[in-house]
Amino acid sequence: MTLALAVDFGLALLVLAVAGWTIAVRDTFAAVIGFVAYGLLLALIWVRLAAPDVALTEAAIGSGLTGLLLLGAAARLRAIETPATAPGTALRWVAGGLCVLVAAGLAALVLWLPDPAPTLAPMAVAHLPATGLGNPVTGVLVAYRAIDTLLEAVVLLPALIGVWSLASDRCWGGAPILRYPRQDGALTLLAQVLPPFGIILGIYLCWNGADEPGGAFQGGAVLAAMWALILLAGLADAPPVSRRWLRVLLVAGSAVFLAVGLAGIWIAEAFLAYPAGYAKPLILIIEVVLTLSVAVALGLLIAGPPAEDPT
Amino acid sequence: MSLALNLFTILSVSIGAFFFLAGTVGLLRFPDPLTRLHALTKADNLGLGLVVMGLLPQVQWPLGTMKLLAVWLFVLLAGTTVSQLMARAARREGPDA
Repeated sequence: MTLALAVDFGLALLVLAVAGWTIAVRDTFAAVIGFVAYGLLLALIWVRLAAPDVALTEAAIGSGLTGLLLLGAAARLRAIETPATAPGTALRWVAGGLCVLVAAGLAALVLWLPDPAPTLAPMAVAHLPATGLGNPVTGVLVAYRAIDTLLEAVVLLPALIGVWSLASDRCWGGAPILRYPRQDGALTLLAQVLPPFGIILGIYLCWNGADEPGGAFQGGAVLAAMWALILLAGLADAPPVSRRWLRVLLVAGSAVFLAVGLAGIWIAEAFLAYPAGYAKPLILIIEVVLTLSVAVALGLLIAGPPAEDPT
Repeated sequence: MSLALNLFTILSVSIGAFFFLAGTVGLLRFPDPLTRLHALTKADNLGLGLVVMGLLPQVQWPLGTMKLLAVWLFVLLAGTTVSQLMARAARREGPDA
């Protein structure tokens, strides 16, 4: 067994152990911590599988951002949560049986894959020059399967509306409050030192997405994290959610994407098709505006429902 | 020269790994949050510092070097902040608070 294989084996065992612990542990807070650790380990596995794009997304959104949202939910639920009661024997057997079925089905699918597995990868790479991009993953995301990415961008808005709808009537249209309850020197220092680097990293991830791993969602997630850090330290306040510029920023990404897509019907040959020769600049414009919108939407998701009287 | 550098790497990374091991043992064995954090900082500061120092001769100057140093500095910054926050939370909610 080579050293690399031993490391991979250890990683796989560790992920399974953390996943099992996350399910088994009764405390909500501990389960969320387990979930975050699980996501980071999963990102390492994606790196080992030579899929840095997926690893970046998993670390930034799957583990980091979702973890933050779950932490917020756990903190909100803490006051009203009752200790979980153990389910009955019958329910356990049914749940266990269904899990075994799903696992067996997945295992059978993987084991019975034809060799070599069917893949569109060569075609994706062959047609990449037409888009002017260097990263085939970005090519799939914003050119071949642009409709998926468009829907992903749009779905953030209903999610945000869902969070906002938790606001009380009095606070509707006001500002969300995300602030660490006590003034803390260490947190303030971190929120002063880290954001300049984080903002550069976010812009780099967005810009670099055309040719290297990265993209609008990863860059936006990093920018949102920096914003959340500043809010948390109390260095700045979140804007009231009724602000016009805020709402314009939120829909700008989806709107530009949709506009380019609709224009494609006339100037190219189909919805979401790019005219020949203009693919790269159009994709770049979409990515930049989308990064901004994603950053604002994710930041507001973390900040939570409006909690301040708008007056 | 290359042999000496490789020996330096092996030695430094090994000592760093030892500090990580010691920090983890402390994390598992020490009785209360503050001493556990104390054990953890050994892994963070000494362990990571030694591992990064050991890897420096193996990477390309200047980009690789700068990347390693940036990783080291960012982990230090984040680790220190989180330890501070956790220690204060522990002191507030601790048994003798």
